[in-house]
Amino acid sequence: MNKILRTLLALVLGCLLMASAQAALDARVVKQLVDDDSDQKIEAIAALVKTGTPEAARLLQALSDDALYATDSRIWLKADDKVYDAVTGTEITPAPDDVDTVTINNRVRGTLDSALAGFKLFDPDPSARLAAAQSLQGDVGAVMIPALTLALQKETDSKVKPILEQLLAQANLKNPDVKARLAAVEGLTHSNSPNARGLLLTRLDPANEPDAAVREAAKASIASIDSRLAWTSALANVFSGLSLGSILLLAALGLAITYGVMGVINMAHGELLMVGAYSAYFVQGVFRNHFPGAQDWYLVAAVPVSFFAAAFVGMVMERTVIRWLYGRPLETLLATWGVSLVLIQGARTLFGAQNVEVSNPSWMSGGIELLPSLTLPWNRIVIIGFALSVLVLMWAIMQKTRLGLFVRAVTQNRPMAGCVGVPTSRVDTLAFGLGAGIAGLGGLALSQIANVGPDMGQGYIVDSFLVVVLGGVGQLAGAVWAALGLGIATKLLEGWAGAVIAKIIVLAIIIIFIQRRPQGLFAVKGRVMD
Amino acid sequence: MRTSYTERAVRILGPKGWSALAIFLAIMLILVPVLHLLVPPGSPLHLSDYAITLSGKILCYAMVAVAMDLIWGYAGILSLGHGLFFALGGYGFGMYLMRQIGLDGNYHSPLPDFMVFLDWKTLPWYWQGTDHLLWALVLTIAVPTVIAAIFGYFAFQSRIKGVYFSIITQALTYAAMLLFFRNETGFGGNNGFTDFKRIAGYSITAPETRVVLLGLTSLALAGTLVLGRWLVTSRYGRVLAATRDAESRVMFIGYNPLWYKLFIWTLSAALCGIAGALYVPQVGIINPSEMSPAASIEIAIWVAVGGRGTLIGAVIGAVAVSLAKSWFTVSFPQYWLFFLGFLFILVTLFLPEGLVGLYKRIVFRLKHKDTANTETVFTLEPETISPPVAASVVSTAPTAKPTLTGESAA
Repeated sequence: MNKILRTLLALVLGCLLMASAQAALDARVVKQLVDDDSDQKIEAIAALVKTGTPEAARLLQALSDDALYATDSRIWLKADDKVYDAVTGTEITPAPDDVDTVTINNRVRGTLDSALAGFKLFDPDPSARLAAAQSLQGDVGAVMIPALTLALQKETDSKVKPILEQLLAQANLKNPDVKARLAAVEGLTHSNSPNARGLLLTRLDPANEPDAAVREAAKASIASIDSRLAWTSALANVFSGLSLGSILLLAALGLAITYGVMGVINMAHGELLMVGAYSAYFVQGVFRNHFPGAQDWYLVAAVPVSFFAAAFVGMVMERTVIRWLYGRPLETLLATWGVSLVLIQGARTLFGAQNVEVSNPSWMSGGIELLPSLTLPWNRIVIIGFALSVLVLMWAIMQKTRLGLFVRAVTQNRPMAGCVGVPTSRVDTLAFGLGAGIAGLGGLALSQIANVGPDMGQGYIVDSFLVVVLGGVGQLAGAVWAALGLGIATKLLEGWAGAVIAKIIVLAIIIIFIQRRPQGLFAVKGRVMD
Repeated sequence: MRTSYTERAVRILGPKGWSALAIFLAIMLILVPVLHLLVPPGSPLHLSDYAITLSGKILCYAMVAVAMDLIWGYAGILSLGHGLFFALGGYGFGMYLMRQIGLDGNYHSPLPDFMVFLDWKTLPWYWQGTDHLLWALVLTIAVPTVIAAIFGYFAFQSRIKGVYFSIITQALTYAAMLLFFRNETGFGGNNGFTDFKRIAGYSITAPETRVVLLGLTSLALAGTLVLGRWLVTSRYGRVLAATRDAESRVMFIGYNPLWYKLFIWTLSAALCGIAGALYVPQVGIINPSEMSPAASIEIAIWVAVGGRGTLIGAVIGAVAVSLAKSWFTVSFPQYWLFFLGFLFILVTLFLPEGLVGLYKRIVFRLKHKDTANTETVFTLEPETISPPVAASVVSTAPTAKPTLTGESAA
């Protein structure tokens, strides 16, 4: 089959060079094409490619689309909702009603696809040429060299050209001429595709590559590709670390208020993330049922819903449980753990124990392709931006608003703040609600990249506490640096040692770090003794 | 002036406490074996296999709770990672039990089944010698002890305490859980160890073996209680309580709290290891879920429910919560988490001294009404436990224990 394919592709070139247009096709060849025997069909395809006319292309396309019909008397095909005679190429009206589709097997289809791709390298539409070139990328043989050379000469499109160049180099790797092979190996040095690396690897084997110089050159090329791929994967790791860090930041910002500023150990913080994520799921359902047209914008509507849902749960918690436990951190820890169990079971009862599906809006799918091996997904970019804007907003609330002023005052000196008229208990409730609401926003962001399920929050509680502790209690800047550092370190270590080991290493580092600096990265300087 | 040893021994538990302990041991070592082995299965007095297993499991939990109470109630250190030491003890003994399977596994190989499954050819180095019972026993105690000692030394030396310490211990057990979930670690991955066949040559499912294991567990629990009482009523216990209440002052007086805290922390870990080793042969499985943060925090709630700072409270809490759990998970599985969650909330809000505190309050009310004697006022602070109070506390034991066996028989 491979042999036939090669001849065939060589013929593509031949026919194009001749470029002799014939309106009608050879009736014998067309008859052969509908023969029951696959070998006959493949021979006919080869013959048709040789003619190189648009009619031949149309005929092959029809065969590929299962739109070629044959009876004993005549053969006809359907294209663009019109019916043509297969031999003369003239339109038939009215359409015949006797239908007997010409079927093809996989072997014939493989040949047919290559033949069609060869035709399409010369298509006037650049995007069709691009698709054709990309479809050839997997397997390209030495027989394609003349066709590719010709196509490369004619090619003007900047997107198609590099692919064709690379295809040519790949094809040249199998060229019997040693010099051509050497040039091809050197040409592939600048490739970023893992595909090219695989091809070069085959050149290292003396059984495939008799020439030692080519083997050496291939080794050098692989090394250079590897170092570039390593760079891009490190970049990709840093990027996913940033996005993990921004999730941690959203989770930790809420904690930075409730724990850092108010001194409340809220073990239900992860469940507030869950509340936010389920709010996104709920809003998505509402949009699906009532505003299917605006489906893409459900996420925007979910922002306030997530915030207020989580803030409401947080304020209820503060009023009913946490209020009575101020100053008893270990008891708060146990009570809020109880709250978290109740919330998890509540979500299970309401939404079921299975994970629910929260989809990305269409404007968040896809990504920016920086390099062939490095794509930055939009959803992660949006999350990073979202985390930044929440951070700015929170800074503004804490520094510029009356509520922020009160929260800081109560933190610094509760009795004094009370004396000058700050309603301390209301400030506590509002501050707790703010922290919880930000956790809800974190859950909303999380719903876009992770599973949404009743116990999704459990995995983040340890991490977000570590961020707060690492950054230094009560320090927003510390939380930011700790979250980003933790995210990037985790992802880089994951690339090097695997997810579980990376997690263990990070935890070990943090444990050691806290031993050395119990006050965190950004300690408040002072001489406080408990 | 030194008190004589007999006097001290009596004072540790008080006459009531000692008799309660004797009754408990008599039930566990004589009555239970008779009811299980000699009474025919049809009789209403017969104790089922399930009851024996459940009691054994709960007594192990009670031991863990006492170990937890020693550090939380008396040293003020809330560990959220005690499940780790429990599981390490369990894994240590589980290794021995896995080796005892011998050639009877599914693959009939001298290696444990999961290693055959992973295509390992030889035992990893840390499995060497685990076919000897004695070495396995050394491991179950030594591994938790060494890990706790190293971790505790660094943590207490940098004076990490309170919530920080809790969160670091939680991270520690979480990291260990991730490690043990991996197949490459060599401890059976997420399936852990199970399918045990025999222990010291005896079949592990034989009724006699179960009864002996239950008896050993009861002895271990009794020993833990006596040791705990002895420690907390000693001079050492007083320094420890002082460290809990005002560490800086203790330091200024001239004590180094590091050693006091480190000792009780390490001892607590070792006790957990022993409890884990007793737990595994009775329950028949050990897997990394024992190391999950949730499992460790449940230990804290046992202690909180029973009453912090009273050792018997820890036992009562562990028994009560575990019984509730086994009843709920069978009858209303979907409400167990609600129940546990509200238990956490309500106990911390309304019963800061736990069930023992409630009992003491009721007793105090009654006495107060009868005698109107304001002199016998005692505070609810657990650290001020004086011998008479301790005796009254321990006297709740007989009422607690028969309920355990009675309930499990039902």
